[in-house]
Amino acid sequence: MDSLFDKYTSSSHEEEAQLQDADQELSVNPPLSLKFALPPVAQSSSWLRAMTDDHSNPSCPIKIAHGTTTLAFRFKGGIIVATDSRATAGNWIASQTVKKVIEINNCLLGTMAGGAADCQYWLAYLGMQCRLHELRHKRRISVAAASKILSNLVYSYKGMGLSMGTMCAGVTPQEGPALYYIDSDGTRLAGNLFCVGSGQTFAYGVLDAEYSYDLSDDAALELGRRSILAATHRDAYSGGYINLYHVKEDGWVKHGFSDTNPIFWKTKLEKGEFSNVTANFEDDDTSQRV
Amino acid sequence: MASVFSGAPPAGGPGYSFKSTPTPSQASGIREHSFYPYADNGGSTLGISGADFTILAGDTRSTSGYSINTRYEPKLFKIGGEGPDHVGATLVLSVVGFAADGHALKERLDTIVKMYKYQHGKPMSVAACAQRLSHMLYGKRFFPYYVHAILGGLDEEGKGALYSYDPVGSYEREQCRAAGAAASLIMPFLDNQVNFKNQYMPGSGEGHALQQRVPEPLPRADVEALVKDAFDGAVERHIEVGDGLQTMIITKEGIEERYAPLKKD
Repeated sequence: MDSLFDKYTSSSHEEEAQLQDADQELSVNPPLSLKFALPPVAQSSSWLRAMTDDHSNPSCPIKIAHGTTTLAFRFKGGIIVATDSRATAGNWIASQTVKKVIEINNCLLGTMAGGAADCQYWLAYLGMQCRLHELRHKRRISVAAASKILSNLVYSYKGMGLSMGTMCAGVTPQEGPALYYIDSDGTRLAGNLFCVGSGQTFAYGVLDAEYSYDLSDDAALELGRRSILAATHRDAYSGGYINLYHVKEDGWVKHGFSDTNPIFWKTKLEKGEFSNVTANFEDDDTSQRV
Repeated sequence: MASVFSGAPPAGGPGYSFKSTPTPSQASGIREHSFYPYADNGGSTLGISGADFTILAGDTRSTSGYSINTRYEPKLFKIGGEGPDHVGATLVLSVVGFAADGHALKERLDTIVKMYKYQHGKPMSVAACAQRLSHMLYGKRFFPYYVHAILGGLDEEGKGALYSYDPVGSYEREQCRAAGAAASLIMPFLDNQVNFKNQYMPGSGEGHALQQRVPEPLPRADVEALVKDAFDGAVERHIEVGDGLQTMIITKEGIEERYAPLKKD
């Protein structure tokens, strides 16, 4: 009798699914589910675009924070990773203090350009997968494998509206210093030098002109800093602080999170660069300004 | 990132968020109704963290378009603690944007924090709660919650902790953050008064040699005054902000909740 009662009063399949979701959320060890809520429409990606894509629809209601200029390059002393720290949502500067270099583990770094949440979430997920790889195989994951986990992952979400342009930099015994570029289209490239984000062209301009594989550590750090500075100067979507990292054989070293403004004036006044900008407080001859 | 963590972005200048205001429709003909599950209920929130406290505040007006739904709809919620009154809670969530999404989010987070205590026998830390909230928001990456969330508490060292979020879960720990309709009015004020942006030390040099004033955690009385000034200013210049100011102050003694009136016009 009870079983009959249960049979005909039990919840519908949909409700069961919901209950399972709720159970899952509250269980002791929440599973690493990759189940994402979807809107009840046929074309969820175009709906999402209408709601969140500021570029195609400037009056979209939900403004997602976006990242901007990031660079990384390989040289004889390892890899330099440098970023700005500005996040924008439309024209609004949502933050000037974003950490766009994500420390995956003590030898691997990821950078963040595009959707801030996408990069934060998936690079944290990558960090977890890398740790699991270490536990399963008793050795650290190669940069090639780590970057491929990420590229395969974002490829499986292709067309859903993820937006990320990221670089994975790391040093392993089998590969030496390795640098990969991965984006949300599914592109994965190995290379010596990459700049990603709306300020990439400005960073490339400085980096390509001065880059050499045989740079000293100090010169390489300075080049990374100077390239980001150029991008923050010419790209309105870049700015804030310069975040600098050096990846070496025994792990990465952080070289500061420093305000661009004093660095800009120091570069101008002490090195004579940015001569297009006037440093004279009394100068009101605007015709000379570029 | 971030979080990261954006205020209501002014579309086309520092404007007002009236996207949901009905527009006069075309005379007739076939009209397609798109799926639009959101509303903007206006209002603003802010949070500031100090050396041993965190303050969160929000106005209590709820609007849709030009009309005021109610003059008392709280945007600040205690998270965790015992029972429906959150006795002994140490976390506060503020949500601004679409109130229904905000309520759903708060209910979910509250349940999770309470279950965490039953299962682990210790209260959830702010850092853990902050990360969980980020993952909850990201879980709806393809069907987002229309909210800007700010989470406040005390970290494991007893220092004030404040985390701010964008609608899909990028987050960042900060000293101060304003969110919602008047974020673009309040945030520059906070930058100047909390992080001392564009403040220089008098007599520290001439011209380019002037030294920036170094930010330090503010005393509680100063922060409380800043919160009041920020909202009084926002009420003067933003129609979606007003009626009442709900404040929660998190210290090691617990959460102190206050209500103060704001202009009701």
